[in-house]
Amino acid sequence: MTRKLVTGNSAAAWGARLAGVDYIPAFPITPQTEIIEDLAAWIDRGEMDARLVTLESEHSMITAAGSAASSGVRAFTATSSQGLLYGMEMIYTVAGWRTPFVMVNVSRGLASPITLESDHNDIMAARDSGFLQIHCATCQEVADGVLLAYRLAEHPQVRVPAIVNLDGFYLSFTREPVDLADASKAQAFVGEYDPENLQFRGNSPLSQAMAVLGGGPYSYFRYQAHLALQQALAVYDEVADEFAEIFGRRYDMIDCYQLDDADYVFVMLGSFSTKARDAVDSLRAAGWKIGLMRPRLFRPLPQAKIRQLLQGRRAVAVIDQNISMGMGGVLHSELASTLYGINDAPLLASYIGGLGGRDISQQEFFAIADELRQASENGKSPPPRLLYTEDELTEMRKLQAIAQAEHAEIHHTRSSI
Amino acid sequence: MIKQAPLHFHRMKDMPSTHLLGTGTPMCAGCGGLETLHTLYDILGDKTVFVNAAGCMTLLSVYPFTPFRGGWLYTSMASAPAGAQGVRDAIDILLKKKKLSADENVEVVVITGDGAAYGMGLSATSAAMDRNLDFIYLCYDNEGYGNTGQQYSAATPHAAITSTSKGSHGYPGYKKDLFSIWAAHNPAYVATVIAAEPLDLAKKIEKLQSMSGPRMLISLAPCPTGWDYDPQLSVEIGRLAVQTGVWPLKEFIDGELRHTRVPKQRKPVEEYLQLQGRFRHLFEPKHDSAAIAEIQARIDDYWDRVVG
Repeated sequence: MTRKLVTGNSAAAWGARLAGVDYIPAFPITPQTEIIEDLAAWIDRGEMDARLVTLESEHSMITAAGSAASSGVRAFTATSSQGLLYGMEMIYTVAGWRTPFVMVNVSRGLASPITLESDHNDIMAARDSGFLQIHCATCQEVADGVLLAYRLAEHPQVRVPAIVNLDGFYLSFTREPVDLADASKAQAFVGEYDPENLQFRGNSPLSQAMAVLGGGPYSYFRYQAHLALQQALAVYDEVADEFAEIFGRRYDMIDCYQLDDADYVFVMLGSFSTKARDAVDSLRAAGWKIGLMRPRLFRPLPQAKIRQLLQGRRAVAVIDQNISMGMGGVLHSELASTLYGINDAPLLASYIGGLGGRDISQQEFFAIADELRQASENGKSPPPRLLYTEDELTEMRKLQAIAQAEHAEIHHTRSSI
Repeated sequence: MIKQAPLHFHRMKDMPSTHLLGTGTPMCAGCGGLETLHTLYDILGDKTVFVNAAGCMTLLSVYPFTPFRGGWLYTSMASAPAGAQGVRDAIDILLKKKKLSADENVEVVVITGDGAAYGMGLSATSAAMDRNLDFIYLCYDNEGYGNTGQQYSAATPHAAITSTSKGSHGYPGYKKDLFSIWAAHNPAYVATVIAAEPLDLAKKIEKLQSMSGPRMLISLAPCPTGWDYDPQLSVEIGRLAVQTGVWPLKEFIDGELRHTRVPKQRKPVEEYLQLQGRFRHLFEPKHDSAAIAEIQARIDDYWDRVVG
């Protein structure tokens, strides 16, 4: 084992290297590009035995990853944001091929307006595709998450592709100390790629991704994929146990912090949850019984586990770094449907924050905690909130004033010519 | 493995006498694209993986039936060349690691209609040539989005009536020169073919089999449903396309363009046009001499540059 100071991107590349991937179809996009640069450098220096090919788009890249995995090699790829959306047709398509490979997504907000900074609307767009989703909060988790994802994706009872998600900038470009597994141990854990029946060969007839006629066969294959994802819940613990035994690090499908006696709970995905941890520490010091629940496995969503963990709590704040236009936070509505109808369900409150890299401050976490307490006293959930401060609005007004002044000036110049 | 066709195609009797591709496909009667595919498959043999782009041929493999004896992968409309890249690379990796024997190697073949090849799939096709991908690419060109009912595409010829150009003058644009676009990439091989000239087609397939890298074929695919004619006329219309000079048979190797069939006495283009409903407005209710003359002049210009 080696301990190295690496970025989240580099940790993702290490994950792929340690998983012994054979093939990397690639396409650059900020903030993911460092992953494919690291892999390319290792291959060029002969430190890694794999082939990296730069395709002309993410749409093609994901096609190539799926078709290579369908031809008997372990494939890896990575993207972000607009790239994920550009490839979205193939995200759904290759998931239907039931072809196991791993793709890292470095989360970044979506256009419009265009931004480079992080939020989760990109990865949420892949929510219903049939990919497994593992969401990471630390660089260590990224490196380990890639290894876990291969085991899960390739498991004989699962056999679907997987996305390992990390937040752009906050993790992608942040260096943290990471324990990198010994190559031999990682290989032993991940094992040889077994393509099962997905192998194009001379003389061996194989048709894949055929058309179907009618809703009967179509529904059958779609239900099969859904059930395969649900099977991943059943095998996750087995894989995580084995990982913990070999590497000494445990990754439960839901990461819980100070949850045991908590009356109030923050629920978040990804690296911003580390901010919630800080807030939990401060609030605990002030006498609050509050904790954090972070689903690591988002697809399949561990609904039974979530019910078990949240039943009997007073109030739960779901803080979404995404926004479903006209509806609100995606994780919030998923939790609402998960908790609906159970006895002793907690009150549920929705907060949207952290869009396009916007910070969520400690004061905001404290204010959320206060609202949870009030909600619990009133017995009524507060209306959903879009986090935004007076200061931010003042800054925004300044930008608008500049934009208007510029516009007026251009207009004036034109009309005076 | 099924025996491959003889190595030299001089006469019609050298052509494979049985078809590898199974019967009973849902292609239309008289499909010119399917005829080209038959010949291609018969000569390449069953050690092939066909990587399909969305188009008419998607319906060749409908679960649980397939007419192919080898591999088939349906991808999407735009990314079949990328699908071929993944299959080729994977098989090369496995060959190198000795996880596959040379005997298990395959030829990877993209099949795509003109809708994908001339439009949405052009970027992926161009990039596959940039990367010098070792594959065969067959575009069956029926000059419109045939699978959705023949809307005009970038491959539609001037004046053709399609379901989105039903006006009295038909399609106002001109067929895109995909052959030259491909040739500008300087891939290993580019050729135009047509099933109605089977010997020319077979010789070209035989030639590209001896090469590696991108080997690109555009087959004009007479289309009874899209072009509006009786299916029994498919071969005749195909031959007329060549004899009138509408569809020049040519190839491009190492920067050299060569016409493999130069009609000595070109038939008037009217003979080709008048058999097809999509051009009927040029003849009825009255003979549109100006429009026909323009089409003829463009053909004559082309051949004037070829034969000088």
